[in-house]
Amino acid sequence: MNTRATATLHGWLLLLPAMACLALFTHWPAVASFIDSFYSTPRGRRPARFIGLDNYQQMLADPIFWKAMSNNLWFALGTVPTSIALALLMAVWVNDRILARTWVRMAYFTPTVLPMIAVANIWLFFFTPQYGLLEQIVAFFGGRSTNWLGSQDTALYAVTIVAIWKEAGFFMIFYLAALQTIPPSLGEAAAIEGASRWTYFRRIQFPLLMPTTLFVLINAMINAFRMVDHLFVMTRGGPDNATTLLLYYIYQVGFSFWDTAYAAALTCVLLALLALIAFIQYGWLERRTHYR
Amino acid sequence: MSAAAKPAKLPAGGISRADPYAPKGLSLTLESCGAILLALIWVLPLAYAVWAAFHPSEFTTRFELTAPLTLENFSRAWAAAPFARYFLNTFVLVTLILVCQLVLGTLAAYALARQDFWGRDVAFALILAQLMIMPDALIVENYRTMAKLGLVDTITAIALPYIASAFGIFLLRQTFKTVPKELDDAARVEGASPLQVLMKVYVPLARPTYIAYGLVSVSYHWNNFLWPLLVTNSVEARPLTVGLQVFSSTDQGIDWAVICAATLMTSAPLLVGFLLFQRQFVQSFMRAGIK
Repeated sequence: MNTRATATLHGWLLLLPAMACLALFTHWPAVASFIDSFYSTPRGRRPARFIGLDNYQQMLADPIFWKAMSNNLWFALGTVPTSIALALLMAVWVNDRILARTWVRMAYFTPTVLPMIAVANIWLFFFTPQYGLLEQIVAFFGGRSTNWLGSQDTALYAVTIVAIWKEAGFFMIFYLAALQTIPPSLGEAAAIEGASRWTYFRRIQFPLLMPTTLFVLINAMINAFRMVDHLFVMTRGGPDNATTLLLYYIYQVGFSFWDTAYAAALTCVLLALLALIAFIQYGWLERRTHYR
Repeated sequence: MSAAAKPAKLPAGGISRADPYAPKGLSLTLESCGAILLALIWVLPLAYAVWAAFHPSEFTTRFELTAPLTLENFSRAWAAAPFARYFLNTFVLVTLILVCQLVLGTLAAYALARQDFWGRDVAFALILAQLMIMPDALIVENYRTMAKLGLVDTITAIALPYIASAFGIFLLRQTFKTVPKELDDAARVEGASPLQVLMKVYVPLARPTYIAYGLVSVSYHWNNFLWPLLVTNSVEARPLTVGLQVFSSTDQGIDWAVICAATLMTSAPLLVGFLLFQRQFVQSFMRAGIK
């Protein structure tokens, strides 16, 4: 056997365990979702049969699907820019020699290591009408009582705030790491030129942090379609689907209504959205960095 | 995924050279106040849970410094649900996932980093696809697969979709690529087999990456909820997160003190670990994120 063939054999043998798992639990399910989305859900004695685009037509006519999509977009618009801006602010603060810096950094980062399902319980209590902490604060300042999670107007804001609180400290870490790689000579040069601190941040630090911002942006966007754990505790998608996000709706359709074919069609929409995010990443981010 | 920056150390005693833009005097005070205020807001929910958990229920919404401390909420939570079993399940789960991830990841990363063979780039692209199609999005089909394999309601079923981790493979590949080729060649001249080279040269040199990835993986899977919720339905297989949800969503609905105690209990190992090894945690997340 020549060396090239041996190397190929060795290479694939080393890859085999990982590739087999990926094929079984990532590649195949993605393809299977696509195929299943063109079939009906098997029920009892009736097997699945090919129904073409019926599932997608059902989706277009499904008001809850559109509600979930618009909720998810608002959730993304609420969480992504806010958590990134907060993360940047936190990183700049923690990077300076402020008082109690270690303690402050720890406080920002702690939500990251806590289970979402556990902190959602705490936040649920925080938002509870009448005797929750938020209500007490509002009452102290003379505000009127609001059922934050029970009202269609405020429930989505409430779950968005929890997501921002959970994520911001995580993203701070990446900004902090990037800030510390900026050579101090740049600051010295800018100071000699008489640039103000704001100018230094806007013209030097922020542009140098751009790759980090893009990385964090992609992560934040993926998270906006992935974070649903807190919904199980806080709202269960309610009131009246006001907080149903796409992945939560897939869960409901697939595991509460057991309409697996329709859930497969919804999964395809989610995968298409994630692919879109990935393509943005390839078009935008990969041009700047190369893996060697 | 960006190779934006090299993993940087957190400054221990600050930057050696004077930074002309480091705030001084009044601006430093203002900045510190802002940072501390935000930090207080950030720990408020957790501090509140600690208050509720360590005081009798009648003080849950009454804040008095003289309120008596108690551990009764913890013992009531512990007695009300099989938390010992949940702890064991979670411990088995995260260990199983981490060990499999490290073994599969090391082998795959070694092939991708140092072997030159037909189809390598295609394989790498196929692996990276998992960064985009995360297992959470495939719950419906993965459940069907587990049902066919007869694995529903087992810890194995929770672990299987995660044991091949694109993220881990990518991270290890990047680390293995930084190992000097000379070390590899020297070991081969000494007569080491490829597997020995991997175990004696690459794995020891990649130790910081293993630790970083291990911490990230353990905290991710300790906290994971959606998939374990779907694929388990008995006490024997449920991890802590699902156990906590079952516990707090049933008739405990009203007693916040007990729920807060259970919440703190489930997060405690990670939280204590984090507080003790704060630097390592932060650095690991940094190292893992910057890939």
